[in-house]
Amino acid sequence: MARFGMVIDTKKCVGCMDCVVACKTENNVPEGYNRDWIVTAANGKFPDIHLEIQTQRCNHCDYTPCVSCCPTGASHVEDFGKIVLVEHNKCIGCKACLAACPYDARFIHPDGYADKCTFCIHRVEKGELPACVSVCPTHCMYFGDLDDPNSEVSKLLASRKNHSLIPEAGTLPRIYYLT
Amino acid sequence: MNSISRRKFLKITGFSVGAAATVSALSPIINGSEKINKVKVKGIQKIPTYCDICFWKCGAIAYLKDGQLWKVEGHPNDPLSKGRLCPRGTGGVGAHYDPDRLRSPLIRTRERGEEKWKEVTWNEALDYIATKMNKIKTSYGPESVAFFSHGIGGNFLKHTLKAFGVNNISAPSYAQCRGPRDVGFELTFGDGVGSPERTDIENAKCLVLIGSHLGENMHNSQVQEFANAVQNDSTIIVVDPRFSVAASKAKYYLPIKPGTDIALLLAWMNVIVKEKLYDVDYVKKYGFGFEQFAAEISPFTAEWAYTETGIDVELIKTTARVMAMNKPATLIHPGRHVTWYGDDAQRSRAIALLNALLGSWGRKGGFFFPSSYSIPAYPYPEYPTTKKEKVDNPDNKYPFAIEEITTGIREATITGNPYPIKGWFVYATNLLHALPNEEETIRAIQNLDLMVVVDVIPSEIAGWADVVLPESVYLERYDDLHASSFKETFVGIRQPVVESPADQKPNWWIAKKLAGKLGLGNYYPWEHVEEYLDHRLKAAGLSLDQLKKEGIIRGEKQPLYIEDGIEPEFATPSGKIEFYSLQLSNAGFDPVPKYTKPEEPPAGYFRLLFGRSPVHSFSRTQSNRILMDMMNENEVWVNSDIANRYGLSNGMYVKLKNQDGVVSNKIKIKVTERIRTDCVYMVHGFGHNSKMLKGAYGKGASDAQLITKYKTDPIMGGTGMNVNFVTFELEV
Ligand code: SF4
Repeated sequence: MARFGMVIDTKKCVGCMDCVVACKTENNVPEGYNRDWIVTAANGKFPDIHLEIQTQRCNHCDYTPCVSCCPTGASHVEDFGKIVLVEHNKCIGCKACLAACPYDARFIHPDGYADKCTFCIHRVEKGELPACVSVCPTHCMYFGDLDDPNSEVSKLLASRKNHSLIPEAGTLPRIYYLT
Repeated sequence: MNSISRRKFLKITGFSVGAAATVSALSPIINGSEKINKVKVKGIQKIPTYCDICFWKCGAIAYLKDGQLWKVEGHPNDPLSKGRLCPRGTGGVGAHYDPDRLRSPLIRTRERGEEKWKEVTWNEALDYIATKMNKIKTSYGPESVAFFSHGIGGNFLKHTLKAFGVNNISAPSYAQCRGPRDVGFELTFGDGVGSPERTDIENAKCLVLIGSHLGENMHNSQVQEFANAVQNDSTIIVVDPRFSVAASKAKYYLPIKPGTDIALLLAWMNVIVKEKLYDVDYVKKYGFGFEQFAAEISPFTAEWAYTETGIDVELIKTTARVMAMNKPATLIHPGRHVTWYGDDAQRSRAIALLNALLGSWGRKGGFFFPSSYSIPAYPYPEYPTTKKEKVDNPDNKYPFAIEEITTGIREATITGNPYPIKGWFVYATNLLHALPNEEETIRAIQNLDLMVVVDVIPSEIAGWADVVLPESVYLERYDDLHASSFKETFVGIRQPVVESPADQKPNWWIAKKLAGKLGLGNYYPWEHVEEYLDHRLKAAGLSLDQLKKEGIIRGEKQPLYIEDGIEPEFATPSGKIEFYSLQLSNAGFDPVPKYTKPEEPPAGYFRLLFGRSPVHSFSRTQSNRILMDMMNENEVWVNSDIANRYGLSNGMYVKLKNQDGVVSNKIKIKVTERIRTDCVYMVHGFGHNSKMLKGAYGKGASDAQLITKYKTDPIMGGTGMNVNFVTFELEV
């Protein structure tokens, strides 16, 4: 069974937020909330600046504090692609998972449940790419099976310098940034 | 005589071709909308159309879920979007759902600008307009009605107004945007760069961006090609007072002092000519006046330019050599919004000349030869011949103007010279944010007997209208066919996907109805716009049914480069690339661009620069709730040293005061290392004062408000707007 992950080429990303907009329309994310977002970090002194732009979201970690802390079992890991999901009906909105997530990836939906990126499982199941990946005008995002050494994502990780976010949290995140 | 034909409405560049054998790349689930979706169909429907959140007109596919508008994606067969829209296009559904939209026709009940209205029927509104128009016609002639229009949606209204006898027709996209560039290139190559631009970004081995902030500026195809150039390890050189996103992708970043670009361009050319790094054969074959040009630029060394631009001598020389090394696949991008300092046509000409030296015009990785799908115009009756000259450029004051000058029409409206302008029609352009000096625009409006605004949202300019007509957004209407000149030939359709939520009407309907009221019904031999579209398409060997289903039909591939066997022609007086321009010198201008020092900011003031955000178009998207969620106010970028000196911190609000004492709305401070210390920067389009724009009202500040000063380009009438200085007011 696949273990899905994302590889994002920060060299190409321009931070245009198309991924954020696409997620919003694809998943009807309510006004005022986003499941993904852009972080821009500038380092250095003018004019010698290094800029890294990252599109961020739930990292669909291999080790999931957001699942282990869930009192109802709403927060869970799907068999399909090891995608981390929240079952809305089971969720009581206690916010334990919001606190447990080192990436601040979750929020309470106005309807009362914890919400976050689903890797667009409804699309991926049909063989499509997540909305954010499919829309990116710079083609800087890649999605695929990290366990398959022949997948595009695995090949990119093998051939390019990369890092993940807050690895010290120990959650084994599955989103990688090529630098 | 100038070789540039003034008033060239349609520049036909390259080739026009007919239908090729087309293959539908779309699956059969894409159904053209029959009437609009009255019956709520269960499940997913996909309807192709093209986007209107900006003027790029990307091919798109709109999705309905159970009859409700759901999302918009790129059309995979569209050469512009290649299946991927920009963030604004992706957020396009927000235009349909925008709660601040105009809903019904409005007639003013109080003073202009007070935004007090009564809702009226279309009949009442159009009767009112027709009566006033006829009065103006009787008293002053039909030429005393002017039309300001932006985008393809204005085509039908333009038709009605031309039939009425209107000849003063203009768009800010010329004198407030790309005009100087088009003139600078026409003077040099005898041809402009077009829109979409004929820039071969993805094949450039070296790409030079001067103030163009691709990536923040989201012209879809260009950004896609830019990302490809980055991936292909093209050498990118960025010249900008601000460390733009594009700068972060560059190998060489030149943090230039604002207003000194011509000095840099002269020095680059100086190095390339002195070191004989230019494309000698190309220049010999196609160039005119090279020797005189070389003599003119010989004093302008890199050492000299350093003192003007602040760019290191070695950096100037190295970048010049890198450009030359990669020739002819070196593209010095001509930019788009280039009305900066009032000598913009000459700066653009310098850019054209640098490209000419490197032989990039007509070459792969430089400027390709675009072509368009040939679709005959609809055979309308002839328009009445207007007896009067246009008002925007009296006595050919700006001898190389190639389009009408908005600010010239405004001037005539204020002065009544050369003849009075008494009516304004404004379509989809927020003149109060687009033109410099609001106060002049308002003074002009006060002289009018009739002011009509047709728009989808209650923009500031609508607030000053006598009659406001609510238009359906692009997802709810047909528009004219789209067949831009580009790398590949194609024709695209915009068709209704959903119904308008209230009493909004499509532009074709408004234009046709108004023509009827004006007794010009004979100019509309068709009942419904579908007949018009079908007629045009049949004349091209296609059909409306087919295009409604497929959305985009592609033509045959055309040759793009000199390498493909194209023999370039130059529509200049010499028939060559004019390194030295006799037509400029004959008209009293510099035959080779010269540098003039920019004005220094007064003590304690900073040059105000403005630009684009990837999630907004001009001042027309700030009430789109999806795009608002991405960015709902702008910030003023201030260098951290300056912030320290003035006690400014990130996130605090200030007002900006300009050199004339005009104070802006409050705006958030962004303290950053990404900008020089002598200027500040903000994204254009925010700072709305229209009370009807409930979502956007009072959010951020408007650069337009602070642009009281402008410098008009004597060559072509463009208004340089980066000539204002601001300081901070801490009490807000
Ligand atoms: S560039 Fe963006 S906003 Fe403009 S037409 Fe294309 S998708 Fe629409």
